[in-house]
Amino acid sequence: MERILSVIVNDRPGVLARVAGLFSRRGFNIESITVGSAEEPTYSRMTIVSHGDDAMAQQMVVQLMKLVDVIDVHDISREKVVSRELALIKVRIAKETRMEISHILEPFRVSIVDVGHTSMSVEVTGDTEKVDALIGLLSPYGVLAIARTGVTALVRSGISEADSYDERQTAWPM
Amino acid sequence: MSASQTFETIQAHPEKRKMPKVSLGAELLCDLLIQAGVDTIFGYPGGAVLPIYDALFDAPLRHILTRHEQGAIHAAQGFSRATGRPGVVLATSGPGATNLVTGITDAFMDSTPVIILTGQVASEKIGSDAFQEADIIGITLPITKHNYQVRNIADLPQVIADAFHIATTGRPGPVLIDLPKDMMSGPAQRCQMPEPAPRGYRVPKAPDPVVLEQVAAEIKRAKRPLLYIGGGIISSKSSEDLREFARRNQIPVTSTLLGLGAYPAGDDLFVGMLGMHGIYAANRAITECDVLIALGVRFDDRVTGKLERFSPHSKKIHVDIDPAEINKNVPVMWPVVADVGMTLRGLLALDCVPDAEAWRRQIAGWHEEWPLSYRPAQDGLKPQRVVELLAEATKGQAIVTTEVGQHQMWAALFYPFTRPRQWITSGGLGTMGFGFPAAMGAQVAMPEQTVVCIAGDASFQMNVQELQTIVENKLPVKVAILNNGFLGMVRQWQQFFHERRYAESRIGSPDYVKLADAYGALGLRAANAHEAEAIIEQALRHDGPVIMEFLVHEEENVFPMVPPGAGTDQMTLEWEEA
Repeated sequence: MERILSVIVNDRPGVLARVAGLFSRRGFNIESITVGSAEEPTYSRMTIVSHGDDAMAQQMVVQLMKLVDVIDVHDISREKVVSRELALIKVRIAKETRMEISHILEPFRVSIVDVGHTSMSVEVTGDTEKVDALIGLLSPYGVLAIARTGVTALVRSGISEADSYDERQTAWPM
Repeated sequence: MSASQTFETIQAHPEKRKMPKVSLGAELLCDLLIQAGVDTIFGYPGGAVLPIYDALFDAPLRHILTRHEQGAIHAAQGFSRATGRPGVVLATSGPGATNLVTGITDAFMDSTPVIILTGQVASEKIGSDAFQEADIIGITLPITKHNYQVRNIADLPQVIADAFHIATTGRPGPVLIDLPKDMMSGPAQRCQMPEPAPRGYRVPKAPDPVVLEQVAAEIKRAKRPLLYIGGGIISSKSSEDLREFARRNQIPVTSTLLGLGAYPAGDDLFVGMLGMHGIYAANRAITECDVLIALGVRFDDRVTGKLERFSPHSKKIHVDIDPAEINKNVPVMWPVVADVGMTLRGLLALDCVPDAEAWRRQIAGWHEEWPLSYRPAQDGLKPQRVVELLAEATKGQAIVTTEVGQHQMWAALFYPFTRPRQWITSGGLGTMGFGFPAAMGAQVAMPEQTVVCIAGDASFQMNVQELQTIVENKLPVKVAILNNGFLGMVRQWQQFFHERRYAESRIGSPDYVKLADAYGALGLRAANAHEAEAIIEQALRHDGPVIMEFLVHEEENVFPMVPPGAGTDQMTLEWEEA
C-alpha cells in the first residue's frame, strides 16, 4: 500500500542525501520526497511517499530513526491527513481550443500563471488524484511540460500534536 | 603496566597528559582527543594532515605508523575489539581516506566503535576536484554510524564529544570526522570537552517491565528453550549476566561467530557455534527448539540458512538495542528493543526456570551422534590439529584474531574461547587482510597478553606490509599461517559446487621464513604435528614477533557445512568424491 512518512530532521547540509541514500540502498522506493522548513527554524520536515507492506514500512521507520539527524518519524499512511501537491502544467493552446480548456480548468480552481500565443501554464494544488485528473483531461490538447512538487502532508488537528520533539518519548513501532 | 592500566591511570589523572599549548585547530584536536581518553592513534601522514602531525609531534599521544591506511583502521578495530574502547585512526585526504573504506565498512558490519579522523583539502577548495580531494563524507554515508565535516573550528569540541558518544553507545559503530586543512592550521583556543548532545540521537535502555514478565512466562513454559547469543552480549558487557541466566535456568546456549567467548566453551550448557559451519548439535537445536531467546544477534544469513527452514517450531524472543534488527530477517513474537544486559538482569529477577531436562539430554545425544571432529592425518599436518596445538600451548587464553576463510572457521570451531574480547574476527564483511593488523592493534592495547593471528596463506598476503610495523614497534604478535596453497574456502566451494574446477584459487606464497627474516622477525616452518608442536613452543618463548608457517593438507574441507540455499538442519557432514 501507499505509505506517507512525515519526518522531522535537523536542518543541516547533507541530511537529504542521508535519507535518500538510506531508501535507495535498502531497496525502498521513493514515489516523491518534499523538504522544507518546519515549525522550528532548525528543523526541516520531509514528506516521503513510498510503497510497501507493513513489515517494510516498519523497517522504513526504524531505519530512518537510526539516522542521527532524524528527530522524529511518523507513518501517517493510516491517519487522517491533509495532503497537498502543487503542479505547474504547460499545455498547448490554439484559438479553437482556448475556451474548451478554460471550461476544463474551472472546477479545478487553478491559477493561470502564464499565457502565450501557443501555450499557457497553469498552477494546480490538491491531492495527487486531483492533479492526476487534471493532467489526464489536458493531455489530449498536448501537455508540453509538467513540474510537480510531490506530496506534502500534515496530520489533521487534534491528532498527536507533540509538545516538543526533543521531549517526545520515542516509542519503537514494534 | 598494561595498556588498560595505563588508560585507567590516564583517566584518573587526566592532568598528567596535556597539550603543552593550544593555539591552533590541530592542537585543539589533540587536546580534545586526550580529554576523550585517547592514548593511542593508528595512522599515516600526508599533505592534508600535516598540521595535525605537527601538533602530534608534541602531543602526549602514542602514534603507531602503519604501512598502509587499511592496516591502520584494522589495527584500530583490533584495539577496540580487545578493549571495548574506541580505536582511533588518522589518515590524510583523498587516497588516505579511501584506503580506510574497507575497514570502516567492516567496523560498521561488526558494530565496532572506531573514530576515524580524515584530512580534507582546505575549505575553499572543497568541491573543486583539488589535489587529493575525495568526498569521504559522501563515500562513507552508508558505512558509518554518523559522520561530520568540520566547517567551523568552534564546532570541533561538540563534534568530538558527540562522535565518541555515538560511536560507543547503543549499537556501537564507526564515526568519521573530516577535517579540512585550514581548520587545523587556523587559530583555536583550549576548551573543556562539552557534554555530548547529538540532537536526534536516541539510545534504547531498559526493557518494558510488562513485556519482560511476558517473556519470562514464555521461557518458563518452554520445553525446548535455546539461547542464541551474539556480539551484542560482548558490546553490552553482559557476559556475566548471560552466564548467570543460562546456569540458573539451565538453558543451553548456542553462539554466533561474533559471540564466541561470551559464553565459555567447555561449559555443559554450551552447544557451540551455529550456522553455515556450525556444530551439528547447535544446528539441530536451533531447528528443533520451541522457544528461541535471541540476544544481541541479527539473524544473519550465515546463521539462518534458508529462512523458511529456520527454527520453524519456535516462539521467538529477540532482544536487541538496534530496533532495525528486529523483524528484519525473521519475524519474532516478542520484540524487546533494549540493552541486552539490562534485559538479562531484569529476567534474573523473575522466575523463568523451564522444565527442559529431556531437551538437554537430547542435545547431549546430538553431540554424541556427530561430535566436532576431523579425520586425523596419516602423514603430513591437518589444519585443525594446528589450531588444537595452538590452543593447548596457550592454555586457551590467547587473544586470537583471524583472517577470513577456512582457517577462520577452524579457529572458531577448535579454539576454546572462554572470555569476551578474546576472539577478534571479521564476521559481517568477511575481510581478508583483517586479522594481521587487527592482531597488531590488540597487542598494542594488551602488551602483556599473548596475541595469536591465525591466518591463511592468501589472507596474510593481503596486509603483509604490516610486518614492518610490528617489528618496528616490538609487538610480539604470533602469526600462524595455515598454508594450503589455495584460497581454501573458494577452493572448497569450487570442489562442491563447480565440479572441482579450481579457477584462480591456487595461490603461491613467498618463503615465509625468509620473509620474516627480511623484516627482522622470527620465521619458523612445520610440516607435521611433531614439528608444529615444537615451533609453537619456540614461538611462544620468543619475545618478539614470529611468523609460523604450517604446511597443511591442501584439500581439507570445513565441516559441518550448510550448503547455500539449504536449511540449517540440512548439513553436509562429510564429502565423498563421486
